[in-house]
Amino acid sequence: MKFWQAVWAIFWKDVRAEFRTKDIFTGMFVFALLAVLIFNFAFELRVSNVRQVLPGVIWVAVVFAGMLGLNRSFILEVDRGNIEGLLLAPLDRSAIYFGKMLGNLVFMLAVEVVLLPILVVLFNVNVLQPAILLVVGLGTLGFAIVGTVFAAIAVNTRAREVLLPVLLLPVMVPVLVSAVKASANLLDGAPLAEQAMWLRLLVVFDIIFLAVSYMTFDYVLEE
Amino acid sequence: MIEVRGLIKRFGYTVVLGGVSLTVPTGQTVVLLGPNGAGKTTLLRILATLLRPTMGEVYIHGEDAVRRPERVRHLLGYVSHQALVYPDLTAMENLHFYARLYGLPEASRRVQEMLEVVGLARRAHDLVRTFSRGMVQRLTIARALLHNPPVLLLDEPDTGLDPQAAAMLVKLLREVAQAGRTVLFTTHNLTRGVDFADRVLILAGGRIVVDRPATSLDVAQLSRLYARAAAQEGA
Amino acid sequence: MSRRIGLLEGLTVLIAVLTVANLYMGLVYARDPVNLQTEVTRKAQHIFYYHMGMNVMAGLGLTTNFVAGILYLITRRRFWDVVARSAAEIGVIFGVAVLATGSLWARPTWNTWWTWDPRLTTATITVLLYVAYHMLRNAVEDPNRRARFAAVYGTFAYISVPITFMSIRWWRSIHPTVFGNNPDAQGGFALGPTIRTAFFFSMGTFVVVFITFLLLRVRLGLTEERLAEVREAVMVRLSRGAEVEPVREGGV
Repeated sequence: MKFWQAVWAIFWKDVRAEFRTKDIFTGMFVFALLAVLIFNFAFELRVSNVRQVLPGVIWVAVVFAGMLGLNRSFILEVDRGNIEGLLLAPLDRSAIYFGKMLGNLVFMLAVEVVLLPILVVLFNVNVLQPAILLVVGLGTLGFAIVGTVFAAIAVNTRAREVLLPVLLLPVMVPVLVSAVKASANLLDGAPLAEQAMWLRLLVVFDIIFLAVSYMTFDYVLEE
Repeated sequence: MIEVRGLIKRFGYTVVLGGVSLTVPTGQTVVLLGPNGAGKTTLLRILATLLRPTMGEVYIHGEDAVRRPERVRHLLGYVSHQALVYPDLTAMENLHFYARLYGLPEASRRVQEMLEVVGLARRAHDLVRTFSRGMVQRLTIARALLHNPPVLLLDEPDTGLDPQAAAMLVKLLREVAQAGRTVLFTTHNLTRGVDFADRVLILAGGRIVVDRPATSLDVAQLSRLYARAAAQEGA
Repeated sequence: MSRRIGLLEGLTVLIAVLTVANLYMGLVYARDPVNLQTEVTRKAQHIFYYHMGMNVMAGLGLTTNFVAGILYLITRRRFWDVVARSAAEIGVIFGVAVLATGSLWARPTWNTWWTWDPRLTTATITVLLYVAYHMLRNAVEDPNRRARFAAVYGTFAYISVPITFMSIRWWRSIHPTVFGNNPDAQGGFALGPTIRTAFFFSMGTFVVVFITFLLLRVRLGLTEERLAEVREAVMVRLSRGAEVEPVREGGV
């Protein structure tokens, strides 16, 4: 009970500060939108059917925008030493993990909520189907699960922002491949039942990554 | 009550603390002096459970702070060079946040009380971003005292404060110390150190080289001891 | 200490002999597989003994890295970090060698240097993961923090090793399996008696090579740690010019 109270406090603290500054959301959203627009220019001459490339566009935009948010979320804690305030409190380290992870997840979902309708307008393809949203949600969850651990690592290294994508992307490949495949097939009109394998893979990796993150996060924060 | 035995800390291959042993009885106020790089901050950070020692034991009120840090954290209040408050939250929100992390009952009442103690009640709903250095430091102290910890660890709480703010800090700390707390603090201000403490420790080269009751020393004597310790270290 | 040097020297001579013998076994002793269509693919198949052997080495390296990383987190002994780092280096170098030999083999068999096949893709990602592992190590100054971060990252990275191994079985792949059956495989071959013998000889050789390399690299790593420690102690002595904590004998 006390554990979740602390998780909620950390999450709510991040949300409240973000509501004031809107730094993370604005940065992520503008970046994602720019990525989509650049893809639009790049593909418009070559690709006859946008459906074929749209899932890739969505995930590239979301992943790179997400990276910005992840970096920011830990820089805010580490640069002012605030992470020590969390470490001094009598709470399980994993409460810090879950609090930060929930914050990162919600910021990314918020960007997606605004970005996806814009994609519908821009490309005239209906991506707002429940099945696709499910896939996007599961993929984003996996991204936040691993990204939170790696952001906490990267922020404590010399290379910082540069290192996060190098660490994160290869580990995310199973999640990204499943998410892109499933959303592409769904966009082609395949029924959800046929995507069971990709969905199962997404869920399995989310669970594996969550378990490994939960077990290792203590070691990341301790000195 | 703080008990430290045979504390060694190495960063990589550099020895920062080379075997520190120390007992601070409950209710005593101890000032820890020493040149930069002597290991003062490292010692306080180990006591605060922010750092693991390479070797040695630390007990706070009889609890093992090295192996079971989660059991001692609620006993400790820690103030460092860093503010540990969030600039985009108000003073009130910051304290509420920490109250929840410490699982305090009657959080609202306690937060209000602490804001009054440090004289920030009128600015409770302003963003910390708009505060002066002295106000931030007072909020930091309110944060450290929020859960009413019996042991206070203060790492140069007076650095960077104007004289007025420093005077307020001293007054505040004196009240805190009189409440029966065990206080261990560092400062570069020798006068303030000898004024305020019951006992003076000088740390040099990762070891305690001077340990005297404060009443036996005046500032001039202390300066001489300090200079000798600093010279020994070659710093 | 001196006894271990003796053992390592012996092993070093042994792997030199074994490697030459292994070349003979794979290239001369082992006959061409009977079920391949063209002369070129039959000859090219001989690279298999080294491709597979290096793959075993890479796999052993990454598995050792994973286990040593976890042992480091549990015991906090710097020794395990040295083992983890050494094993990851062997893993990356031989991982690249597996990709290179695979590419050489693919050219005559699949008629291309490279294809985005599940096995090839997952293997490449695995190599990249451990390149990232070394980048992470290089970006952290403090040795204990470096060891902790590396062990945590190694745990995540290792997830990709079983995925690479299972990729042929999970997804349609043209990459052959040695044991078991892959109906989509192109360039698979039957195991004749000489092929089987040469295969096991090669596996044995590469396992011994792996053990020798790991021991040599760990010894070098421990020496590096000791050197850094001595250098640091000397620096402290020079800067303070006074009494210094003597460096503990035996180092790590």
